[in-house]
Amino acid sequence: MTLTSIIELLEAKVVTGNMCHEEVETGFCSDLMSDVLTLDTDKMLLITGTANIQTIRTAEMADVKIILLVRKKEASPEMIKLAEETNITILQTAFSSFRTCGILYSFGLKPVY
Amino acid sequence: MVKLKYDIEGGNFNRAGNASSQVKRVLKQLNIDQRLIKKIVVALYEAEVNIVAHAYEGTMEINISPEKIDMILQDKGPGISNVEQAMQEGFSTASQKVREMGFGAGMGLPNIKKNTDLMEIETSVGVGTTLRMTKYLNNVE
Repeated sequence: MTLTSIIELLEAKVVTGNMCHEEVETGFCSDLMSDVLTLDTDKMLLITGTANIQTIRTAEMADVKIILLVRKKEASPEMIKLAEETNITILQTAFSSFRTCGILYSFGLKPVY
Repeated sequence: MVKLKYDIEGGNFNRAGNASSQVKRVLKQLNIDQRLIKKIVVALYEAEVNIVAHAYEGTMEINISPEKIDMILQDKGPGISNVEQAMQEGFSTASQKVREMGFGAGMGLPNIKKNTDLMEIETSVGVGTTLRMTKYLNNVE
């Protein structure tokens, strides 16, 4: 799934990042970073309502290139700065986790498991 | 042999992950396989978060040779009273603040074990904990 279609489907905005990581194959939705760190999946979209600096650190360590913040959670300036340094794209949608996942799943984004 | 050492501040979640991030940068420069790097830095980051979450202060020492990477995380802190219990998925003594950061679900130590080849915990209640980990660099799964 392309970043562009994710943005359209979810009425999402790009908080920071460029469009160079255009494709994701799987999605994983969790507010628990420990669960994200147990995955070994490439080209994965992280869907989360946990918006703090450790969300970005987790993505950095787990080689996640795109984070989608749901429920209108705001990225702090520190998060944006770290995302820029580590080349991570942050998207934000006002939709709930459930609605977000339902839409992405129905449009073909695969689950990790 | 590349040697690295970083200080880790207990309780400061703004800085948690800084040391692991530095190590990741070095491993990339050394052209180590990306999948191995991920396993190493995930284990290091979990261990670093543990120190920030539970201890007063700590250090991360890294020794990289062509064959393996040895990692020693040492802290001054409460120690672990029951290591066997701490190794169980789902067991945690983390505070509410730690949980709000997306951790403290009792996944850290099991995940460290999964991502490393050797793991050893030495702990003394009321004094601190030393975690030793090794990852061999020649066996890419």
